[in-house]
Amino acid sequence: MKQYLAFVKKEFRHILRDKRTLLILFGMPVAQILIFGFALNNEVENAGVAIYDMSGDYESVLLQNRLENSEQFFIERECQTTECIEEAFRQSKARIGIILPQNFGSDLLNGQKPEIKIVSDASDPNQAQVLTSYATAIILTHVKGRATIVQNAPIVSAIPRMIFNPELKSVYMFVPGVMGLILLLVGAMMTSLTIAREKELGTMELLLVSPLYSWHIIFGKVTPYWLLSFFNAMVIVTLGIIVFDMPMNGSAALLIGSCLLFSLTALALGIFISAKANSQMTAMFVSMMGLLLPTILLSGFVFPIENMPIVLQVVSNIIPAKWFIMIIKGLMIKGSGMTVIWKPVAVLVFITLLLGVAAIKSVKPRLNE
Amino acid sequence: MKPAISIQKLNKSYKDEQALKNISFDVEQGELFGLIGPDGAGKSTLFRILTTLLLADNGEAEVMGLDVVDDFRNIRNRIGYMPGRFSLYQDLTVEENLDFFATIFGTTIEANYDLIKDIYVQLEPFKDRPAGKLSGGMKQKLALCCALIHKPEVLFLDEPTTGVDPVSRKEFWQMLKRLKQQGIAILVSTPYMDEAALCDRIALIQKGEILSIASPESINDSFHGTLVAMKSHRMYELLKALRIHPKVESCYAFGEYLNATLVEGVTDWKPIEQDMRDKGFDDLVAHDATVGIENVFMQLLSKTEA
Repeated sequence: MKQYLAFVKKEFRHILRDKRTLLILFGMPVAQILIFGFALNNEVENAGVAIYDMSGDYESVLLQNRLENSEQFFIERECQTTECIEEAFRQSKARIGIILPQNFGSDLLNGQKPEIKIVSDASDPNQAQVLTSYATAIILTHVKGRATIVQNAPIVSAIPRMIFNPELKSVYMFVPGVMGLILLLVGAMMTSLTIAREKELGTMELLLVSPLYSWHIIFGKVTPYWLLSFFNAMVIVTLGIIVFDMPMNGSAALLIGSCLLFSLTALALGIFISAKANSQMTAMFVSMMGLLLPTILLSGFVFPIENMPIVLQVVSNIIPAKWFIMIIKGLMIKGSGMTVIWKPVAVLVFITLLLGVAAIKSVKPRLNE
Repeated sequence: MKPAISIQKLNKSYKDEQALKNISFDVEQGELFGLIGPDGAGKSTLFRILTTLLLADNGEAEVMGLDVVDDFRNIRNRIGYMPGRFSLYQDLTVEENLDFFATIFGTTIEANYDLIKDIYVQLEPFKDRPAGKLSGGMKQKLALCCALIHKPEVLFLDEPTTGVDPVSRKEFWQMLKRLKQQGIAILVSTPYMDEAALCDRIALIQKGEILSIASPESINDSFHGTLVAMKSHRMYELLKALRIHPKVESCYAFGEYLNATLVEGVTDWKPIEQDMRDKGFDDLVAHDATVGIENVFMQLLSKTEA
């Protein structure tokens, strides 16, 4: 026990004395969450609309005013042909086109459903989808209100309602994703780097020749990084809640528990990598290419898993971050309890146990050749 | 009494080269045993096998009567090891390093202070300095302290004085002599021939093979033939001229002189000196040379290669 504590103390000294490590540990999470939160968002603000109004009556003008007054859209140009809308797209002036049919006003007031066409520039498909749903929402709300006032009778129509994230804030996506990324980075990359550093400097030889058992070395290395990962996770959650108004609907205890669990997964991965990597370069490369990229691409952090080819969907199941993101989203945004998230939790526990055993087995009491 | 280290027919190969070939020797209790050989001779491999870090391909090795494979845990408690390059935590201070190694061996600095006192007093003024900022000699002293802090029965020192200044080297060897007096067996490797003379016994090792094992004095006696030292201001031409001379078996540069070994049966070097003068080496200086370990080493080498 004394030996283990001495090891932990030594490890904390390494961390606190190396400015680069400190910067990665504490600067990166804050920087990442701010970058993802502020710079990379899908939110729509002031998108140009090219409108082709075939009726030109009172009701259509009302609808145009409604669009113009929304935060999301402004009328960029009024067209007389559909080609004009395409032209606006080509010039990148407008990102969405709306075509109002002839007799829009009278049809609406007579209870016949006028057909409104929404055209969007799908060269950026995600954007196009978001814009279309915004425009649909605005138009439907407006039209429904008008029809009710005039006829005093509701018309039947589908009105989408975005629950859990009504404003479609992308930060709701990014906070769980960045948490997963940071925990993985701190856990796997930093641990594998420090073990590789011991090998590079030759101190591993001295540790092996000492009476220390493998578990002293493993747990001594892992403990400080486990605490730091957890600290980081809490910083990210706090930033998400305070700066980006992220909701916290679920149980805090469950959130803390799942952060601790996922940190362990990352640490096990880190030890596994370092058992094979003899230099800091290799450890870095493997963590970057082997862990970071698949996590960003396949965890559902950036690209929705449902849209992937079936092969990649299957592969995504072995990415621990996928399950972690599912848990965090469920907890924070939807306020789900254990009864709902038990499945991803169980999968994550299983992966962690598997990796943990593999990691401990991979540490040999002698030098690699 | 069992020997401190006992090695029997040890073999070890890496992918395509044999690092150790059938090595056998014993190191007695309380003996200062030197392993002398150039870089790549297999010294570090042998150290790693004896310190239980590597497994040999075949052969037996025992440390304090314990098998290096079956009893490696026990051995690790009882030996001190100083690897070939400086391997302490550079960002930890002198005291923190020492304290860490004391703790992982389950002891404290105070408990074994008497053993390291002589060395540690020199380090004490720098005890709050990071180990990475010490001078080369100080680093080696600290590494020795860390290897000694748990009172090992056998000490393994892999090239402890490589890259250390001559004064510190001398001090370091004096410390080894004092440790030996405390009954600690020491296996030390070095590429420096002058250090070999300070050992009780030495083994000359080259390309994974032991060429000879003896005390430094008797190893000098094993030299065959007559040795003569010569110098001139045109050393390279002289070296070439001597090497093709029919009465010279071999000739190497040693410091400011060339050492020429004469062919068997020839003891008088005056005629050779005359031949050289005739060839135009006017400033030639020649005299009898005292045999050193280098000369023995070179002779053994040329024999094994022939």
